[in-house]
Amino acid sequence: MSRDGDKFPPALHTSELARMAASGVSRRSLLRSMGLGVGALAAGSLLSACGGSSAGGAPKVVKSGPIEKGAKLKLLRWSAFVDADQTYWDKHTKAFTQKTGVPVSIDWETWTDVQPKAATAAHVGSGPDLAIAFYDTPQQFPDKLIDLSDVADDISKEAGAWFPTPQKYGQSNGKWIAIPLGANGAEWNYRVSWAQKAGFSEFPKDTDGLLEFAKAMKTDGHPIGLALGHAVGDANTWTHWLVWAFGGMTVDSNGNIAVNKDGTVKALEYAKQFGDQMISGVASWDDSNNNKAYLAGQLGATSNGISIYYSAQSDAPDVAADTMTAEFPIGPVGKPTQFHQISQFMVYAYTPYPNAAKEYIKFMMAPEQYQPWMVASEGYVSPPLENYTQDPFWTSKPQYTPYRDAAKNMLWDGYSGPMGIQSSQALADYVVVDMVARAATGQQSPKDSANQAAAQLKRIYGV
Amino acid sequence: MAATTEEVPIGRTGGSPGPGVPWRVKLRNDSRLAAILFLLPAVLILVGLLGYPLVLGVWLSLTNETLAESGQFVGLSNFTYLVQDPVFRTAVFNTVLYTVVSIFFKYILGMALALLLNRKLRFKGLLRAVFLLPWVVPTVLSAIAWWWIFDSQFSILSWIGIHMGLIHHNINFLGSPWNARWSVIAVDIWRGTPFFAISLLAGLQTVPKSLHEAADMDGATSWQRFRHVTLPMLSGITAIVVTFSAIFTFSDFSLVYSITRGGPNNATHLLATLAYQEAIQGGNLSEGAAIAMFIVPVLFAVTLLTYFKVSRRKW
Repeated sequence: MSRDGDKFPPALHTSELARMAASGVSRRSLLRSMGLGVGALAAGSLLSACGGSSAGGAPKVVKSGPIEKGAKLKLLRWSAFVDADQTYWDKHTKAFTQKTGVPVSIDWETWTDVQPKAATAAHVGSGPDLAIAFYDTPQQFPDKLIDLSDVADDISKEAGAWFPTPQKYGQSNGKWIAIPLGANGAEWNYRVSWAQKAGFSEFPKDTDGLLEFAKAMKTDGHPIGLALGHAVGDANTWTHWLVWAFGGMTVDSNGNIAVNKDGTVKALEYAKQFGDQMISGVASWDDSNNNKAYLAGQLGATSNGISIYYSAQSDAPDVAADTMTAEFPIGPVGKPTQFHQISQFMVYAYTPYPNAAKEYIKFMMAPEQYQPWMVASEGYVSPPLENYTQDPFWTSKPQYTPYRDAAKNMLWDGYSGPMGIQSSQALADYVVVDMVARAATGQQSPKDSANQAAAQLKRIYGV
Repeated sequence: MAATTEEVPIGRTGGSPGPGVPWRVKLRNDSRLAAILFLLPAVLILVGLLGYPLVLGVWLSLTNETLAESGQFVGLSNFTYLVQDPVFRTAVFNTVLYTVVSIFFKYILGMALALLLNRKLRFKGLLRAVFLLPWVVPTVLSAIAWWWIFDSQFSILSWIGIHMGLIHHNINFLGSPWNARWSVIAVDIWRGTPFFAISLLAGLQTVPKSLHEAADMDGATSWQRFRHVTLPMLSGITAIVVTFSAIFTFSDFSLVYSITRGGPNNATHLLATLAYQEAIQGGNLSEGAAIAMFIVPVLFAVTLLTYFKVSRRKW
């Protein structure tokens, strides 16, 4: 006679329960042990199903064809910092739906949540059909995405050549795994009247001049302020620029850890002097703090996207009237070493509508949509394609021009080493941001801070 | 054997009802089967939501799995690396400091509040509801409010201090490592004190008045009555409250992540926030899981200690 309890961990007779109760084992502890027992039995099969992605980095090739019948798309996108960005994006998405019959729903996510959600979707094989994620997120899991080489070629035919660094971000082993939307360019925003009073008729063009500028502004009671907190955009932008400007780098072109070499140490020595000129509290700043402080008139200068100027025109017109923008100065290396927050379309391999997703990307990147959106956002996103930088918008106001070439001039995270999951992890761990923060706040000497960063990178890069 | 329709009394375990008996009768009469079916939902929930993630987490911590690549078994190398990593050691220190200091002050303040609320007060019910608010409000909402209160440029506390002439410049609450640590600890104390207060209040109301009266008649002072009557009577509830609070505080994530994200420069990283940064943001699932595994034995030990002490009434 079979017992019903045979399917489960052995059922117990009441007499057995009584013996266990007498020995101090309660029904509650029995329940716990049954739960763990079943868990252990199930673990074997479940673990084997959790082997993660397959080895190898090639994206899935999907032959281009007509849009799938019944297609509908879900897009994960970073939330707009500029109202017009979302207004125009929604308008063009609606136009795409009217043209193709494909409904598109958009999840507007806070910036810090985009990367983890995009990565989790790739890992579990379920979620949005496509995402616009930051930096080299697609490089973490190229085999979980579809090949977008045909899309990149089609877009380039209409909009000109891709700039080198965006192309580098979008490709893996020669295949396009993502389509760069553009770089959220961050340049210097400064108060013209205060700069003139400090003796500067124009913004400094080199790092020595920048340090003198910062000292003079602090003396006059209008300090500069740059974020050093754990946030996605501002802190990464200027700390990477600084390290590269002095010839430092995290990894060299051969993949060796190079962060504790002379160039980096010199950059950190500069950072200590530079940090002493800043307003207090920058070590806790995220991407919004400098905007608030600048618009409140507490900062003489900061680095940020065009969103500060955009907001100032409506919220603080006197600040806007006194604001000018400028590109990051050149360091001792003698060439631009800018770092900007690039974002890219990527299409997950699990989507049942890859052709619909490809058509959506082509539609949104086409001149009829991209240019009006770019102009309405007042250049919040610097274009990754040559033709779009020739739009007369970029020279319509002097405040816009410095942002035009952000995607053209930028370097990539992990410069000058390869991009991949290691560079992505180093960015997510704020290795460079924390290294500069430790030196700038005096918490560690430049040499010690660089060595600590080197130890972290050795672990990350597995060398 | 002929089928029988006679019902077997509940509790009798003379074996399952014979073949041919309708399944409804079997179900009604077989207490073992009924027990299993009643336990099954709870077991499935435990296995699905607790057991499986725990086992998976242990497995991940023993591999080198990332978001991009499947993991190979690497033994204890994740743990070996972590114990030497300065950032991890900082997170361990932060977590212990955060837990010990928070619980200490939550207990002191919670007890004070409980003693106050145990007196005859006007609007006692309203006061109790108000004092519970910090614990009831969702953590992220209150954390965002505190983030504003601690803002390095726009802090209301700095504004008041400057306008009262107590300070001359804004306080750098979250930009300096130790200031940031004390700030998040203060928020946790603010959030957790009501839990202690309401639990200890419940305990206070079970202390027999006759004990206090007897002590009073023997000439005991208020402090002596508190020390020798109230505190011993509250030992059981204290143990339970401290255990729960230790578990919640040691594994805290949302409060610190919302206010500082572990900064400045990892100064406020707890084990949970560091595990999230490594696993989810950095894609290093195995290292994140290994960090999280350090939480499990500590919580297990705290729970077992309390269980055995309370069950044997040793507190």
